[in-house]
Amino acid sequence: MFWYLLLLWGGISAVEVQRPRGVPLSKRPFYEENKPFTCLDGSRTIPFDRINDDYCDCQDGSDEPGTAACPNGNFHCTNAGFRPTFIPSSHVNDGICDCCDATDEYNSGAECQNTCRELWRKEKESMQKLAEIAKEGFLLKQQLIQEAKRGLEEKQTKLGEVQNSKKDLETNVEALRTAKEAAEQPEKEAKERHLKELLGGVDKVNTAAFETIWSKIREKYVSEVRTQTPSSNTDGPAPVETPQEEVREPVSDNDSEPYPDDDIPEEEDEDEDEDEDEDMDDGDYKVTGFDYILECLPIFTKSLFSSAAQKARNEFEEAERALREVDDQIRNLEKEISFDFGPSSEFAYLYSQCYELTTGEYVYRLCPFNRVSQKPKYGGSETNLGTWGKWAGPEGNVYSVMKYEQGTGCWQGPNRSTTVKLTCGKETVVTSTSEPSRCEYLMEFTSPAVCQEAPDLEVSDIHEEL
Amino acid sequence: GPQSVNTIAVLGFKRRCRELFKQEKMVPVLVVWLALCLSGTWAVDRSNFKTCDQSSFCKRQRALKPGESPYRALLETMELTNTRLTLQLINDNNKVRLLLELYRLQGNMTRVKINELKPLKPRYEVPDVLVREPPTEPIKCHCLDENGVVLSLGVESQRVIVSAQPFRLDIVEGHNVLMSLNSRGLLAFEHLRMRKDTQAEPEAENKEETTKEEEEKVEEGMWEETFKSHSDSKPNGPSAVSLDFSLPGVEHVYGIPEHADTLRLKTTDNGDPYRLYNLDVFQYELYNPMALYGAVPVMLAHNTQRTTGIFWLNAAETWVDISSNTAGKTVFGKMLDYVQGSSETPQTDVRWISESGIIDVFIMLGPTPKDIFSQYASLTGTQSFPPLSSLGYHQCRWNYNDQEDVRSVDAGFDEHDIPYDFIWLDIEHTDGKRYFTWDPHKFASPKDMLQGLKDKKRNMVAIVDPHIKVDSNYKIHNEIRSRGFYVKNKDGGDYEGWCWPGNAGYPDFTQPDMRAWWASMFSYDQYEGSMDNLYTWNDMNEPSVFNGPEVTMHKDAVHGSWEHRDVHNLYGLYVHRATMEGLIQRSGGVERPFVLTRAFFAGSQRYGAVWTGDNAAEWDHLKISIPMCLSLGLVGISFCGADVGGFFKSPSPELLVRWYQTGAYQPFFRAHAHLDTPRREPWLFGPENTALIREVIRQRYTFLPYWYQLFYHAYRTGEPVMRALWVEYPQDPATFAVDDEFLIGRDLLVHPVTEEGARGVTAFLPGKEEVWFDIHTFQKHNGAQNLYIPVTMSSIPVFQRGGSIIPRKLRVRRSSACMEHDPYTLFVALNTRRTAEGELYIDDGHTFNFDNKEFIHRRLFFSNNVLSSVNVAPEAQFTTKSWIERVVILGASKPRKVTLITADGHKSQLDFDFDASVSVLTIRKPSMNAGEDWSMALQ
Repeated sequence: MFWYLLLLWGGISAVEVQRPRGVPLSKRPFYEENKPFTCLDGSRTIPFDRINDDYCDCQDGSDEPGTAACPNGNFHCTNAGFRPTFIPSSHVNDGICDCCDATDEYNSGAECQNTCRELWRKEKESMQKLAEIAKEGFLLKQQLIQEAKRGLEEKQTKLGEVQNSKKDLETNVEALRTAKEAAEQPEKEAKERHLKELLGGVDKVNTAAFETIWSKIREKYVSEVRTQTPSSNTDGPAPVETPQEEVREPVSDNDSEPYPDDDIPEEEDEDEDEDEDEDMDDGDYKVTGFDYILECLPIFTKSLFSSAAQKARNEFEEAERALREVDDQIRNLEKEISFDFGPSSEFAYLYSQCYELTTGEYVYRLCPFNRVSQKPKYGGSETNLGTWGKWAGPEGNVYSVMKYEQGTGCWQGPNRSTTVKLTCGKETVVTSTSEPSRCEYLMEFTSPAVCQEAPDLEVSDIHEEL
Repeated sequence: GPQSVNTIAVLGFKRRCRELFKQEKMVPVLVVWLALCLSGTWAVDRSNFKTCDQSSFCKRQRALKPGESPYRALLETMELTNTRLTLQLINDNNKVRLLLELYRLQGNMTRVKINELKPLKPRYEVPDVLVREPPTEPIKCHCLDENGVVLSLGVESQRVIVSAQPFRLDIVEGHNVLMSLNSRGLLAFEHLRMRKDTQAEPEAENKEETTKEEEEKVEEGMWEETFKSHSDSKPNGPSAVSLDFSLPGVEHVYGIPEHADTLRLKTTDNGDPYRLYNLDVFQYELYNPMALYGAVPVMLAHNTQRTTGIFWLNAAETWVDISSNTAGKTVFGKMLDYVQGSSETPQTDVRWISESGIIDVFIMLGPTPKDIFSQYASLTGTQSFPPLSSLGYHQCRWNYNDQEDVRSVDAGFDEHDIPYDFIWLDIEHTDGKRYFTWDPHKFASPKDMLQGLKDKKRNMVAIVDPHIKVDSNYKIHNEIRSRGFYVKNKDGGDYEGWCWPGNAGYPDFTQPDMRAWWASMFSYDQYEGSMDNLYTWNDMNEPSVFNGPEVTMHKDAVHGSWEHRDVHNLYGLYVHRATMEGLIQRSGGVERPFVLTRAFFAGSQRYGAVWTGDNAAEWDHLKISIPMCLSLGLVGISFCGADVGGFFKSPSPELLVRWYQTGAYQPFFRAHAHLDTPRREPWLFGPENTALIREVIRQRYTFLPYWYQLFYHAYRTGEPVMRALWVEYPQDPATFAVDDEFLIGRDLLVHPVTEEGARGVTAFLPGKEEVWFDIHTFQKHNGAQNLYIPVTMSSIPVFQRGGSIIPRKLRVRRSSACMEHDPYTLFVALNTRRTAEGELYIDDGHTFNFDNKEFIHRRLFFSNNVLSSVNVAPEAQFTTKSWIERVVILGASKPRKVTLITADGHKSQLDFDFDASVSVLTIRKPSMNAGEDWSMALQ
């Protein structure tokens, strides 16, 4: 009862190794037949016949490796043909088959089949599949690394070029500024004259008078100015917002909908509202009526102004815009160059890409290093499930998990966030999404960039023997 | 569980309300809905619920002040049969006559019934709550004069004195008045009357009586009342009943759950009365008399001499006022009274007010707490004997998302070697909140899932609520509608209200044929995807109606010939009952059911378990779980628990661990969490907290034999499983208000740690004669002391009473079923007389076969240094594979030898260890079968 036989296929010859039930081969020397047994923690020594006698004598459970008597014991499944493992003693003879070799249920009446060979076959199959994928993926990964390397070089070259061109542009801007100021001198005088006629002189202006006038004409100017002032989120040649800035300023994100403490306007999710919010947040409009008039005067008194000055101004503004664009370009390039795209920049190819997965209810969208979002399949506005946060894999495998944080807030809850788990695959695809906990999303994402060199199947820990 | 109205807001306004916007034709309700959606705050919104002043009958009745009763007993109408006295009462103000019926019931109880002598139409008398017509005992008339009657009750020296003018009843024993009725003159009976604005056709023979109507003052709210936007058409007009009870010598009253309040009830002079009206209260507040999900109109009164009880059998909205002549006095004031001899007898006065029905009150005269339990059990039945597995640990969450989620949580328990027996699915598992269905995507193959659990000897609970989605493609709805089983609105159409599925109908569970049909829906061929390891949870059965008055059904809704007003507090009981009957029937009457309910009434103990509803992850909510379950235990409902961790909000790891440590020692042990809270499976808070939680769940499993045996007792006797200290120490006033600790049965005393950052707790160890053993350290402490216990995060102060024997199973496995054949360890705790006594109850754990005497019931006792096991049910037959692996004797001295004598007379020496530092003797592996006779001598 206390012993069992193990058949070992050591090549051709079969060997029998006797040891108490539930003891791994490595611990066999501690269980010497017919000699007093000392608990493995050294706490006491008991007669040999108390090993596996279904009563717990050792505090560490070492006297009952093959029964359920000790609360903290472990049972060793040899699992010949598969992988040996330990199960808690509480699983021994509980009527549930745990060891694939069925050795844990020797006295419970449970009818367990030996499934080790079958498991091994299945595991081998799936590992082979994985290995194939890994192999192909790893090749793809090498290409990605090469591409990333080339891309990086290109970007560095480009950066150098742009930095050079920036110097020229700066010079140009300064020159045009001087020209513009010169051309504007006559016009400035005309403007002052006009103001005096209209309002009785700049010196005597009182704010109240301006406010009165302002309130009457505000509507007109607001609409005019709006149509003419480039807004940061329209389709115009707006500067590209960099993902990192988005992270730092999540509040300015289009989709952030901070809920007030108690009152929620019923139409709060309407798109127009959001756009309006966006506009109202824009600093350009935080001006008093007085400033406004001064600023807007040139527009409606256009006729007063000389076309020469206007031309100089246009040229100057054009140059300035060019300079700004270059600045943006530099910033973006520098950012991309310094971004952590993995040890060999193998994830660089994901930058500025987006991947979608459609489920029963929603379309999920992952834009790596930027953001994750969710949009109802049958209409409705998009919800931000988080913007790029960091690589968040476990130590030693940091690049296996991406974390996107600070998405749209949940009512009375946290901001939405998404964990993206990366696994090796030939394709770059979002394979599944779920919401394991409210507002905490989980996305599975395959990419060749995470593939490791294919493991050698023959050296895997599957054990055919013991 | 999912709860009310404002939850919608908590769910995330957008998600829920948007869904609603999408649905068609909802404009009229939308306004209400939005208002509800927008009013979410963290505390209860008291304005959603009525105060006494806002409930017109309560206001009217409470306006009556104590004084001389207008009622007079018409002694000439007295009729006395062997078992029943009847007598007419007349109200001298309006000449309306009442009929008083008085019964002496077997087991030291008196029943008093008062109804209108000739009501305009019948008044509701609560059916289905009493387990039978209570058997009576003879009454004898002692003397009769113009002032009244004296009746002797049964064989005891008890009498009832019926005084004629003013009418009152006094129940006396010897020279002591035990209880007086109408002694404060608050008997009131709003007789049914014709509406003034309708052309009444006075019955010719009743001319005299019709004239009296003119004297009746019509007050606001009598014929119609509104609350917020809801109006109650009150077609029957005013119909309230009220009666006062005086309890001389009583300073402690208990019961009338469900309230989030202390165990000892407070006086209500300076606020609202305690309210009994089953309501879905969103984020309830603590320490107040507001109504909650369930109502048991039973009050216990206790002093060192006697325990008595009042069972007010009325299912309508009810309010209970409590006042006391000593309530305002300080301890010093009381002492002064005592020294000066000027003290009036302490007295508690209570007054019950119900909106409709009749007065039907059972006066339980004890005299001991256990007598009260047995008296009440004889009226309404005992706790159902649950399957053993349901006493294990339950893992719940709103919601486990899909089958894969269920599978991975299940695997998590194995991975962390934590036992559990049930995993639960909340409303999201259904196909669009259509109960009895499964979400086709998330739970596509429920039988595979259930089989997966069954393979590990585990079970599942799925929710089935009583609101039925109005949807012509939904079988359940179509059947209920076509059979006319829905509750009707006042105009005769099907009543519809808003709940989780949107527009919903409410089946009329008061109808027996409806209940029979509902029960049949649980059969395996009807409930697709169900299997025998799937059990049921009834939530929202107050009933909860999001857009109804006080989040419940309109009182003028119609159940057959009765108004909802009459039956309200019964609705949840009927839902629970019909569901339980379904689970019994599906197995052909073989398997014991398990059904959890949120709403309940007197008698609900017969149908399963209850929990304290939607609590919150706050320390005070952890504390209140103790008095809330203790109060339920006092009125027969033993299978009680609170959501471990707190339903709303997110507990700190410390609170969560402390809650597990508390919940593991309460009868119904289930963790549950709101949809919006972060996940909280036991292993998500770091290895240290995982280990702490694992340890306490495992402790629970080691005590399962004891829990099971206590439930068997609760089933047999009605005694609570989780007990207030005063129940066992009724003569020690120091125990009377204790509600920060409790007993499990008689033998385990638990003082959970319920303070944040606690370094120690002070536990009161009751009993002058007692000794108590710490179950972890085996340290011995004397009784009748306040003991300071330093605590760490792993401490759960639990003590075993000296004089007890508790059987445990120390081999904890992944579920209770896996432990079925495992051996027992007997923990024998010696008292000062070096004796101990206990029991061992074993059956198959899941069928009704115990009713056919298939069980083992043994008495274990230790005296004169011999421990023996004797059969106390020799007529019963059952065999077990379990054996005795160990006997641990606490407070022992070291024997020279230990001899086991088995049934066949065979003697053998046993090995043992003796730990002199704590005087603990551990006897090694006696190995006899647990069902056999044996004895063990220490020499």
